[in-house]
Amino acid sequence: MPVESVFPRLEALLPHVQKPIQYVGGELNSTVKPWDECDVRWALMYPDAYEVGLPNQGVMILYEVLNEREGVLAERTYSVWPDLEELMREHEVPQFTVDSHRPVKAFDVFGLSFSTELGYTNMLTALDLAGIPLDSKDRTIDDPIVLAGGHAAFNPEPIADFIDCAVIGDGEQAVLEITEIIRAWKAEGRPGGREELLFRLAKTGGVYVPAFYDVEYLPDGRIGRVVPNKSGVPWRVSKHTVMDLDEWPYPKQPLVPLAETVHERMSVEIFRGCTRGCRFCQAGMITRPVRERSITGIGEMVDKGLKATGFEEVGLLSLSSADHTEIGDIAKGLADRYEEDKIGLSLPSTRVDAFNVDLANELTRNGRRSGLTFAPEGGSERMRKVINKMVSEEDLIRTVATAYGNGWRQVKLYFMCGLPTETDEDVLQIGDMAVNVIAKGREVSGSNDIRCTVSIGGFVPKPHTPFQWAPQLSAEETDARLAKLRDKIRGDKKYGRSIGFRYHDGKPGIVEGLLSRGDRRIGSVIRAVYEDGGRFDGWREHFSYDRWMKCAEQTLPEQGVDVAWYTTRERTYEEVLPWDHLDSGLDKDWLWEDWQDALDETEVEDCRWTPCFDCGVCPQMDTSIQIGPTGKKLLPLSVVK
Amino acid sequence: MQRIRLRYTKRGRLRFTSHRDFQRAFERALRRAEVPMAYSAGFTPHPKVSYANAAPTGTGSEAEYLEIQLAEVREVEQLRKLLDESLPAGLDITDAVEARTSSFAERLEASVWELRLDGVEPADAERAVAAFLAAEQVDVQRRTKNGLRTFDARGAVIRLEARDAAADRPGDGPCAILRLVVRHATPAVRPDDVLSGLRATADLAPPVPAAVTRLAQGLLDEESGTVTDPLAPDRDAAPAFPTTAAGPSPAGGAQVPEGSA
Repeated sequence: MPVESVFPRLEALLPHVQKPIQYVGGELNSTVKPWDECDVRWALMYPDAYEVGLPNQGVMILYEVLNEREGVLAERTYSVWPDLEELMREHEVPQFTVDSHRPVKAFDVFGLSFSTELGYTNMLTALDLAGIPLDSKDRTIDDPIVLAGGHAAFNPEPIADFIDCAVIGDGEQAVLEITEIIRAWKAEGRPGGREELLFRLAKTGGVYVPAFYDVEYLPDGRIGRVVPNKSGVPWRVSKHTVMDLDEWPYPKQPLVPLAETVHERMSVEIFRGCTRGCRFCQAGMITRPVRERSITGIGEMVDKGLKATGFEEVGLLSLSSADHTEIGDIAKGLADRYEEDKIGLSLPSTRVDAFNVDLANELTRNGRRSGLTFAPEGGSERMRKVINKMVSEEDLIRTVATAYGNGWRQVKLYFMCGLPTETDEDVLQIGDMAVNVIAKGREVSGSNDIRCTVSIGGFVPKPHTPFQWAPQLSAEETDARLAKLRDKIRGDKKYGRSIGFRYHDGKPGIVEGLLSRGDRRIGSVIRAVYEDGGRFDGWREHFSYDRWMKCAEQTLPEQGVDVAWYTTRERTYEEVLPWDHLDSGLDKDWLWEDWQDALDETEVEDCRWTPCFDCGVCPQMDTSIQIGPTGKKLLPLSVVK
Repeated sequence: MQRIRLRYTKRGRLRFTSHRDFQRAFERALRRAEVPMAYSAGFTPHPKVSYANAAPTGTGSEAEYLEIQLAEVREVEQLRKLLDESLPAGLDITDAVEARTSSFAERLEASVWELRLDGVEPADAERAVAAFLAAEQVDVQRRTKNGLRTFDARGAVIRLEARDAAADRPGDGPCAILRLVVRHATPAVRPDDVLSGLRATADLAPPVPAAVTRLAQGLLDEESGTVTDPLAPDRDAAPAFPTTAAGPSPAGGAQVPEGSA
């Protein structure tokens, strides 16, 4: 069946929209494979604007992994801005891929990567523009399989009506397994239609098909149980784990867009997983165990990636980059290698200790020392014990003293507000900490020209973490607490003007909380918000709290629940959580114990350098910690012209 | 310090590249091609590139120009090829000469544009062109950063001609092609300003957006209304012992075909 490009029709619309370059494709290192020579075709979507979606590592990795396979093609699609959406509806141009501008509906799989729940309304927009029915049950054999992945897919229940299936965990191997199942089913003449294909996927135990599970509710609104409604469907669905990162050096050829995007740099993932055990951190819990890429593997990816892209900055990504067992040698090796080439190196997500400042110094050997960022997360010592972020105020002051002493002029500190058991006093101590930082900074730098920026986000309890049972702080209380802190900082005559204060109001956090810990009943709210015009919920200028609350009031009460029930309500040990049948490997009893430890202000060490704490992941998933040191060093590159 | 002047294109779908987008893409291409650029001094050194007179986003171009400064001498044609390969197809480097003259930007006096008007009867286009040319002054409006601005779109127009595109593509609907020679002035008169002028004087309203392409930029010959290759003076100033394989440029130079095809 020939599938035509919609580009000629799209082209006529582009002169009328903002930043048309984002819709034309043609990025360096993008791939267009012949449609008819492939038998399994994926449309991959990052459900946000191109400028946010293009740099996404997950999509970039899967795009390349799939396109490397013979007979398989993958193309990308992103959310179109409302100006183009309106024109596409008027001129009947469907949701398209940017690579060859084929309609999304023509693909076998429509895979969406959800880093955050705030992309759900954008998924509905894309489905509707694509001409794919919003409800899974209304789709036919001619519609693609709608597949959700990414961290938010660890609780896909709020979008259970709209997706056909979800995959949790690492996608590299999973997409290839799914490809083979689809290929076989198509080769056999698509026996049994969609249902048979979904059943074959579900039987693997690694693909969750919501339609094959019934959710039973108790009279009080809680879930009674979640049961497979078809024989052969497993009770629980497992996450996927890639064990040897050196075998998966993707992206090998990172995409270089013409349009400006949020990350104008190349990224190399230096390890996956984190066992620091910060209790609020969903990423750290669901990506266990730690798997390092070797120092030589990293060196090779940086070298090849820079040659393929021409980027001038390399980010060494992970959940806590300074924790790589050979980070010192990596930083020094790369800094030596690229000293002459004006290549910037950056290390996001670092912890609070002086070693970090040494690393940052190494990475900025020639460049400017503008700002260093640390994340103590909690303002008081007590709070940091609750969240298991083991940093003392002394550590922090010592660290910033080293930073200011080494010529850094600005320190940025990240915190959260609304953590379990938090009081006003805990948050007000953030102000004290900032004052102490400035005082120390002025002392060691001998200058008043230094700054400390305090940046605060509202805490949202997430599934598969010890805080999954915790009550979320209401928007009003969050705002009141932050206002007190702001007044305290502004009121400080001696230090206030050296302290910057950035925060968001508590409202978006409530919507995120509703979607994060929601169940299938939340689907009606998402649909109502979409139908009411809700789009781009991650964007302040598009997000409407009032619309979400209005739609929740329209649809939730008849189901016996409300927003507070999902957000500010504390859960008990016995409660069946909507995501219990999705197996992240974490033992629920361990999570509960860790939650109790949090309430007792008891800390837990990192299992990389202490004995195992039985979180359950390694035995359950048959995985193990993979760390160095390898003892190898990065050698200078030989010059081959 | 070697300075090289390059001619490049914005073709096909990459005509939607904005000038900022092009700058980023070009500087990355310089890195991939390992061009030994000269850098500005200061805290954040930038490769020395000067861009001239970029075409607006959404219009194609066969004749954009820029100049780069190298820290080491390179063979010009080889460098052109390397850079061309390093850029995405559509952003093509079509000509390169070593700079041997000054005031290059001043040589970009005028542009030749082609405007393809799908759905417009050539006869209607001809009538509109005649009305436009007959007018002394044609005031048009354009939204700028400082609000709506009114200015004359007629004065800067040196030549304007309409023809039938049917010869190129028999069978399709009506399509008129305009060829426009316009002097670079302040405020700049762009092809869409001339289209506004045609609408104002003769109610010419194309049903779909015009496909606009810049064909040439360079010195204006007032009498013939033609535009000459701005890189020619550099080529002519080449030393008697050529260091590079100069000769005719690979894309056939920036000569503008006379009149209509």
